[in-house]
Amino acid sequence: MSDKDTTTIVEALNLALTDAMADDGKVIALGEDLADPEGGGVIGVTKGLSTRFGDTRVRSTPIAEQAIIGAAIGASLVGYRPVAEIMLMNFTAVAMDMIVNHAAKLRFMSGGQTHVPIVIRTMTGTGIANGGQHSDYLEAWFAHTAGMKVVAPSNPADAYGLLRSAIEDDDPVLFIENIIAYRSTGPAPKSGSRVPLGKASTVHEGSDVTIVAYSRMVQEAIAAVEALGKEGVSAELIDLRTVSPWDRKTVMASAAKTGRLLIVHEAVTQFGVGAEIAAEVSSELFGKLKKPVRRLGGPYAPVPFSKPLESAYAPDAKRIAEAALALVR
Amino acid sequence: MSSNYEPGREIQLEIFRRMALLVANDEQTRRAVRTGRLVMPYYSYRGQEIIPSALCTALSDGDYLCTIYRGIHDMLAKGMPLKDLWAEVAGRISGTCKGKGGPMHLTYPAKGIMVTTGIVGSSMPIANGLAWASQLSGDGRVSVATFGDGASNIGAFHESLNLAAIWKLPVIFVCQNNLYAEHTTFEKCTAGANVAARAQGYSIPGVRVDGNDPIAMYTAAREAVERARAGEGPTLIEAITFRFFGHALGDNDSYMDQAQKKAAMEADPAPRFRARLIAEGLATEAELAAIEADVNARIEEAIASALAAPFPEVSELTKDVYGAEVAA
Ligand SMILES: Cc1ncc(C[n+]2csc(CCOP(=O)(O)OP(=O)(O)O)c2C)c(N)n1
Ligand SMILES: [Mg+2]
Repeated sequence: MSDKDTTTIVEALNLALTDAMADDGKVIALGEDLADPEGGGVIGVTKGLSTRFGDTRVRSTPIAEQAIIGAAIGASLVGYRPVAEIMLMNFTAVAMDMIVNHAAKLRFMSGGQTHVPIVIRTMTGTGIANGGQHSDYLEAWFAHTAGMKVVAPSNPADAYGLLRSAIEDDDPVLFIENIIAYRSTGPAPKSGSRVPLGKASTVHEGSDVTIVAYSRMVQEAIAAVEALGKEGVSAELIDLRTVSPWDRKTVMASAAKTGRLLIVHEAVTQFGVGAEIAAEVSSELFGKLKKPVRRLGGPYAPVPFSKPLESAYAPDAKRIAEAALALVR
Repeated sequence: MSSNYEPGREIQLEIFRRMALLVANDEQTRRAVRTGRLVMPYYSYRGQEIIPSALCTALSDGDYLCTIYRGIHDMLAKGMPLKDLWAEVAGRISGTCKGKGGPMHLTYPAKGIMVTTGIVGSSMPIANGLAWASQLSGDGRVSVATFGDGASNIGAFHESLNLAAIWKLPVIFVCQNNLYAEHTTFEKCTAGANVAARAQGYSIPGVRVDGNDPIAMYTAAREAVERARAGEGPTLIEAITFRFFGHALGDNDSYMDQAQKKAAMEADPAPRFRARLIAEGLATEAELAAIEADVNARIEEAIASALAAPFPEVSELTKDVYGAEVAA
């Protein structure tokens, strides 16, 4: 797999898990339908792991999200590095007590005596008619919880490097995968490479406007940047990669340079990650910005089923380009 | 088990009518999804039709139902009109939920269909609340939560059974045990491999029935309904069945025991019930064929009307989020 030039996000994640488990006997994995007799995960991200590493290290679980995260926390307290899969992001709601009251806080509440080095992998996204309970981006819930880290890659190489770093991180990390981006291809990761948490990447340099995005929205933003270029607008695109802690330095430097900032996410705009970044950038760069910071996200509504409504839900390249253009003109 | 509630001819024919509707509707839905006329995730219930057909024959229109993503059979058996249903799964404004909910969240309070959830386990806690409301108002309604075998391993199942038991709620928990939860077998993930037995721990009746047997299923449902209406509290029914078309339509089903699947499909409860009605002289071939023809015609009509209906305007996106629209 690793000697190909390009790969998919699914393959990159599978490789990251395989390499992490091969390198460190303390890395274990659990989740619904995760082992090979059950298909190696609904998308196939964990394919081959139970066969190679055994079904005590790689376990299919009952449908019991609370028990899944609880077991991950427990094993992590005594030296293991569990990678727990919550099939869809909305199902994290069933395990919120374990995540918010326990995983995120045990280090602090124990005065640093214990810590919870778990990764919670989960997938989500609009675009496949899954409706109101299977499509939400809920990263703001977790980013709002001190003690949690939140990661959301947009391409195969980052998916690999970020997952390796997340597994090695000593704190709980929520790792968000996008369903329709799974099969998208990109340059293959170098086996053993790492992408540090908290470090954004500048996907495209520009001088007129800064666009900050993460997860699948980066792919839409790449198309938007191209379209903007044809209009004579030079946009800088930053892939946040880690939502929390976010890379202030890179975002501030870019916004200071262009004087215009657009933050794009698929999650509902209101009370979202964009609000935090907008507030921070607006206060730090007050007086230096040429335009008020703009956010582009989902509407203040659950994800609808009906196709024309669902299509209007998440930002796309066209709306991103329009919003950026409005900042420049 | 001898019971006062064994169904006679009329009731058996009523169960058949509902079953025929469900069987035909599933076939049409699969066809529509496979040909791309409908774009939606579809969790076929083919093989499980007897359960809601018998259950809903034992219920009244006013009784409440909370069901799940694999629940279109439950809804149709409970009386959701075909046109409203098809318009919804086609994402049309004339659907039961204006196209906003879709196949996993169909809702039709006029027939007591109060919640359809896509979250495993979540039908049960809400059914308790509906039952509590009936206990408070004394309206005599019974609430039913249906769910799968996999749902019996999530906390909500246990919390709900306990609450229903201590409050003596008029609620029935119907586990449609189709032996699989997505790709995981029932035995692998369910300690004791017996859902009904878990009722014991909560001191309520737990009955395991052949969910593919209309008489056993009706009798068990009727007993639970009578118990609930009499204020004697909840019942857990585990109805053993099988799903013929995997978890979601189009899935690779290599995780399934193919011999078991073949045997289950050969023992298809729908033609078996049909043949028995004729063999026992309860109905003639012509009578049953007329029911089937009627059902098919109604479904065709519902499909045509759904596909001709308009989609919702994009402005619908932010309507129905609150009772009175809130400026975002
Ligand atoms: C809380 C939660 N976890 C996981 C899922 C994903 N999921 C959807 S259906 C399903 C299997 C459910 O099996 P079962 O309860 O037996 O019902 P069946 O689908 O067989 O009717 C799973 C794991 C979900 N919808 N909700
Ligand atoms: Mg099941």
